[in-house]
Amino acid sequence: MSTSDQQAAPPRLAVPELLIGVGLLACAGAVAWQTLAIPVSPLYSKVGPTVFPYITMTGMIVLSLLLILAALRGGWQPEEEKETPTDWKAMGIVVAGLVANLVLIQPLGFTAASVVMFVLVCYGFGSKNTLRDALLGLILALAAYFGFARALGVNIGAGFIENQLNTVIDAIIGALRG
Amino acid sequence: METLGHLAHGFSVAFTPVNLMWCLLGTTLGTAIGVLPGLGPALTIALLLPITYQVAPEASFILFAGIYYGAMYGGSTTSILLNTPGESATIVTALEGNRMARSGRGGAALATSAIGSFVAGTIGTMGVAFLAPVVVKFALAFGPAEYFSLMVLAFITVSAVLGSSSVRGLTSLFAGFVIGMIGVDLQTGQPRFTFGTNELLDGVDVIIAAVGLFAVGETLYMASRRYAGKDEIVPLKGSLYMTAAEWGRSWKPWLRGAAIGFPIGAMPAGGAEIPTFLSYAIEKKLSKHKEEFGTVGAIEGVAGPEAANNASAAGVLVPMLTLGLPTSATAAIMLSAFQSYGINPGPLLLTTQGDLVWGLIASLFIANVILVILNLPLIGLWVRLLKIPAPQLYAGILVFATVGTYGISQSPIDLVILYLLGAAGFLMRRFDFPTAPVIIGMILGPLAETQFRRAMTISNGDWSVFYTHKLSLTLLTLAFIGLAGPHIWAFIEHRRRRGPEHVPGDA
Repeated sequence: MSTSDQQAAPPRLAVPELLIGVGLLACAGAVAWQTLAIPVSPLYSKVGPTVFPYITMTGMIVLSLLLILAALRGGWQPEEEKETPTDWKAMGIVVAGLVANLVLIQPLGFTAASVVMFVLVCYGFGSKNTLRDALLGLILALAAYFGFARALGVNIGAGFIENQLNTVIDAIIGALRG
Repeated sequence: METLGHLAHGFSVAFTPVNLMWCLLGTTLGTAIGVLPGLGPALTIALLLPITYQVAPEASFILFAGIYYGAMYGGSTTSILLNTPGESATIVTALEGNRMARSGRGGAALATSAIGSFVAGTIGTMGVAFLAPVVVKFALAFGPAEYFSLMVLAFITVSAVLGSSSVRGLTSLFAGFVIGMIGVDLQTGQPRFTFGTNELLDGVDVIIAAVGLFAVGETLYMASRRYAGKDEIVPLKGSLYMTAAEWGRSWKPWLRGAAIGFPIGAMPAGGAEIPTFLSYAIEKKLSKHKEEFGTVGAIEGVAGPEAANNASAAGVLVPMLTLGLPTSATAAIMLSAFQSYGINPGPLLLTTQGDLVWGLIASLFIANVILVILNLPLIGLWVRLLKIPAPQLYAGILVFATVGTYGISQSPIDLVILYLLGAAGFLMRRFDFPTAPVIIGMILGPLAETQFRRAMTISNGDWSVFYTHKLSLTLLTLAFIGLAGPHIWAFIEHRRRRGPEHVPGDA
């Protein structure tokens, strides 16, 4: 009885950390696969394009084994991280916003896609005033499009909103000149 | 005295109205993003990288340097009033600064941190001006083998020595290497790690990596932690003018902080965490008001670390400008801006790009003056910025993340890579992997590889160049000590402490 009480609890396997270690090992495998796919010309056989990938791969294998070892010994998460429950719903809505942006940006253009993303992300973070968020998102996206993108000379996909506005702006400029 | 002449010339570059405007723009933007949680100088400079196609190098580096310095000033405001450090380097400022704000001395805390940042930033910038030419003389003797060994040392210090775990730091660094190697190998033209796709032939843009890890990852992390407690802004109380007693208690910590911060920043190790923690420990030990530490907040505990932070931020510019060796994520992104202009930072930079370097250094002095004005009389403006609610702030960050990424080539594939890196950034944040080594590994990894292959080509494939050259051997030995030293030390300590207590057969 007493002997088992005195024994320190054996370190518990930390599953999330173990998955990270195994994931890194898999990445090392992918690096190995891609390195083998690099054709090496005999000219560069001494220090060709594969030397660094192999060094990197070796390092990754060693590191992933060390991470797996740490996971077997109970992991490394700080207590407060472990105790805070992950808000999956909020995260899910934010991810939905990102996916919406990705899907919509080509058919609808930057501004429209950004408004959808803005509203979803705000909602995910707990904002309930969807109409105000949509308006804010529109103003910010237009500011980003006309201020940031045009000032920096960055070309971001124009959709119907940008095209309409560009037509209006061109018309105004034309009228002012005319 | 040669340096003074160069500096005078630098001021003539920096004092043109256009460059003053860039400096003002950079410092204002830098303070703003420093104040806002979730945005940092590395992310901001990455988003602004396309400007390098539009303006002269002097203008963009003056802008970037203003952002870099400004973020340090702004970050302390957030630490003091909100207790959520905007930057890892301002964690220590939050310790005492937030307590001071809670006990009604927020004004004095902000003042000592802004003036301390000014004093230390000016000393640090002076350090850059005078130390850089010295390092250059030394660095001219470096061959490829020495460069490679120096980079190994930097890799070890930024990933393994700083931070909570050397294994996780190195994991981040190696992830950065892999990202950096994606694309066409510049020496042989072979595609690497492209998985047979054409989209990856050009490699992963540093903008996408920085925005994914810092903006998307951070947003996902904040969303997952929504219920973890709200931060409350401490209303700004107390005069912004320090009393004579507060001045008396501040000036020595400022100078000590600068003396600690600059050398550590200037070493090829970088990082502002160690000097700020060191300075805090020293001030706590030397203070005559020890009872204020951890209770009502001690002004020394704000003045010292803030000064150390800014001096080390200046120090980081020394290896970056003289050796092309970035030791922080922000410096790594600035290095990629140099690359975008086709300029190679290194020992020749000071002679070939004198206007640029000395103009930049001069503009840093100007930036410090502008920043102390922006952050003291205009502090109310920045406090208002803190009131932007989290939902709209993070949604807005993602809109700008899209602009920065999609603007590169209007390819949805880039957005997919961005989100994948964002997911990785989230996991890293959640499981305590540092993100800066990824960016450093990604930028510096390919440069290290180039030096390595150059050294091996010169030596005809003989590995001994790395340990027969004395300097190279010394650097590699230092790197090894940095990596293994703490573990050996901990092991010895562990043995010594456990020894007498441990009774075999106890179980």
